[in-house]
Amino acid sequence: MVSSTLASDTRSEGASTAPSETSPQELRRQSRRSKRGGSLASDAVRRLLRNKLAVAGGLVVIALCLVAIFADVLAPYAYTKTNFGRLNEGPSLDYPFGTDQLGRDVLSRIIYGARISMLVGVGAQIIIVLIGVPIGALSGYLGGRTDLALTRIIDVMYAFPRLLFVILVMSMLGAGLANIFIAIGVTGWVGIARQTRAQVLALKEKEFADAARALGAGGSRVLARHIVPNALTPIVVAVTFGIPEAIFTEAALSFIGVGINPPTPSWGQMVGEGQQYLRSYWHLCVFPSIAIAVTMLAFTFLGDGVRDALDPKLQ
Amino acid sequence: MPGIKDEVLIYATRRILWLVPTLMAMALVTFLVMHATPGSPLDPIAEGANPLSPEAQRNLAAHYGLDRPLWEQFAIFVAKAVQGDFGSSFVYRSRTVAEIIGEALPVSLMLGAMAMAVAVAGGLALGVVAAVHQNRTWDYVSVSVATAGVAVPNFVLAVFLIILFSLVVPLFPTGGWESPRAWVLPTLTLALGPLGIVARFTRAAVLDVVRADFTLTARAKGLSEAPVIFKHVLKNAMIPVVTVLGPMFAAIGTGSFFVESIFRVPGLGRFFVLSMTGRDYPMIMAVVLTYGAFLAVMNLAVDLVYGFLDPRIRY
Repeated sequence: MVSSTLASDTRSEGASTAPSETSPQELRRQSRRSKRGGSLASDAVRRLLRNKLAVAGGLVVIALCLVAIFADVLAPYAYTKTNFGRLNEGPSLDYPFGTDQLGRDVLSRIIYGARISMLVGVGAQIIIVLIGVPIGALSGYLGGRTDLALTRIIDVMYAFPRLLFVILVMSMLGAGLANIFIAIGVTGWVGIARQTRAQVLALKEKEFADAARALGAGGSRVLARHIVPNALTPIVVAVTFGIPEAIFTEAALSFIGVGINPPTPSWGQMVGEGQQYLRSYWHLCVFPSIAIAVTMLAFTFLGDGVRDALDPKLQ
Repeated sequence: MPGIKDEVLIYATRRILWLVPTLMAMALVTFLVMHATPGSPLDPIAEGANPLSPEAQRNLAAHYGLDRPLWEQFAIFVAKAVQGDFGSSFVYRSRTVAEIIGEALPVSLMLGAMAMAVAVAGGLALGVVAAVHQNRTWDYVSVSVATAGVAVPNFVLAVFLIILFSLVVPLFPTGGWESPRAWVLPTLTLALGPLGIVARFTRAAVLDVVRADFTLTARAKGLSEAPVIFKHVLKNAMIPVVTVLGPMFAAIGTGSFFVESIFRVPGLGRFFVLSMTGRDYPMIMAVVLTYGAFLAVMNLAVDLVYGFLDPRIRY
C-alpha cells in the first residue's frame, strides 16, 4: 500500500523536474558520465548519495544494524537482569532510560530490542521474496490457466485486511519469533508477487526475450536469466519498503501480546506493557516508542531515496 | 450499444456478485487457519484456565457442533451466516455474536467516519498548501507531517498524543468514549496516517495539474489564484486522490484495533484479538467477515466515485 502511494508521488515529481529545468551543463555532465561507462547501479548509488534525507536514513539504519549485532557489548546490563530494589524508576545515572516493573534496565532492553526488529525486518523480506517472486514470475510467464488460478488466489489474499490476517495466524500458531516469520511470510508475498507478475507480463514480449528464445534458450532459462533480472528494480523498491512494514508488523503483534515471547525484549511489547502505566511511569513507554518512530522514519527516508534513485523516469 | 448508466449498473452488479465468492473464500481461509493450527476452544491455553475433563470436552463439542466433520461445520456455518445467524460467542456465552457486533460496530464506524473526515479534509488542505508553496517552508512542514503520519505506527502516535494532550497539557481524557472530548484523541490518532497518505497524493496531484494546459488557460484568461486552485486544479487533482481512499479504509479499519484498545473505546476492535486468542470461532468468523465485507463495499464505492469524477473512465 505504502509503496504504491509513494510510486505515484514520484511520477509527478518527475514531471515537475521536467527536462526544461535541466541545464545544458547538467546534460553535458550526464553524457560524460555515461561515456565514463557508469553502470545503472553505480548511477543509482550516486543519485542516492546526493539525497540528504536518504543518506541520514541510511546512516541511522546502519547504526541500528550495528546496535543489533553488538548488543551484548553495548548494553550496560543483561536484558533479564532484575533489580527489585529499584522498580519503575525514572531515568537516572545508573539507568539512563529508567527501570521497568521488574527493575530491568530499559536502555538495555531497547538495545536488545533492535536485534528483534532488524532480524524480523530483514528475515521476513527474504521469505517474502523467496515465495512471492517465483509465484509472480511463473504466473506472468506461463499465463493461461496457471495465471488465472494464481491471480485468483492473489486477489483473495489481497481482499484480506493484511494485519488482521497476520494477527489471526499468530494467535492460532502462538507467539514466537519463528511463527512471526511464518505469519509475515504467508501473508506478505502477495504484493511482491503481483508486482513481479506485472513486470514479467510486460517484459516477456520484449525483443531481448525473443532474442534469447531464438538463440535456443528454454522457458525457464529465459525467465530466470533474462526476464527476472530486468524486473529487479520494482522488487528492490518493494523490499526496501517491506522491511519497515515487517518491523511495524512485529511491533504491532508484540504490542497486543501475540508477537515475541517475554522475556526477550521487543519494542512493540515494551510499548504495549508500558502503555498501561503511562500515567505513572511515562519512561516505560516513551523510549521504546521513540525507538520505533526513529526506525520507521529512517527506513522510510531510505526507501524513498532508493526508489527515487532507481526510478528510470527521473534519469 | 448500452448507455453509460447501463454500463455503470452492469459494472456495479458484477462487482457486487463478485463479493459473494470473495467473502466465501475469506471465510474458508479463516476457517482453515483456525482448524489447521494446534489448539482448540475446548482446551484453553490461557493462563490460569482449568483443564476440562475429556467427557465435558465431548459434551461441549457436541453442543457446539465441533465434533462434526470439518466440511459439515463449514457448510452449517455458511447456511446460518447467510441468514445473519453467526451463532453465540464461546467466550461471552450469554450473548449471540450478532448482538455483540450490533453493539460494537456502530462505535467503530463512528470513530472510523470521524477519522476519515479529518484525514480527507486535513490531507487535502495540507497537500494543497504544500504544492502551492513547493520547496518552501510550508511544503517541508506539511511533507514532514505527512511522512511522520504514514511512517510512525498509530500506537506510537497514540503514546505521544496522550503524553502531550492528556498529561503535559491536560486537555483531553486518556481514554473512554463517554463525551465528545474523549473522541478527540482516538480520532486524531487514527486519522494521522491516512491524512499523511492523502496529503502526499494531493501534493503530487496538484503539482501535476498546476502545469497542465487548462490551468494555464484559466490563468491566461485572467482568473486570480484562488479560483484557479479551487475550481480547476483541485477538482482535477481529486481524481488520483480518490484511488487511495480504498487503502485508507483498510488502514483505518485495522488501525482501529490498536487505537480502540489504547483509548478503551468500546468498538469492534476490542473483540478483534480477544476472540482470536480465546479461540472464539464464531466471533472470529464474524469479525473477519465484517471487516472484509466493509472493505470490499468501500472499495466498490471508491471505484464508482472514481468513474463519476473522471468521465474518461469506462468500466
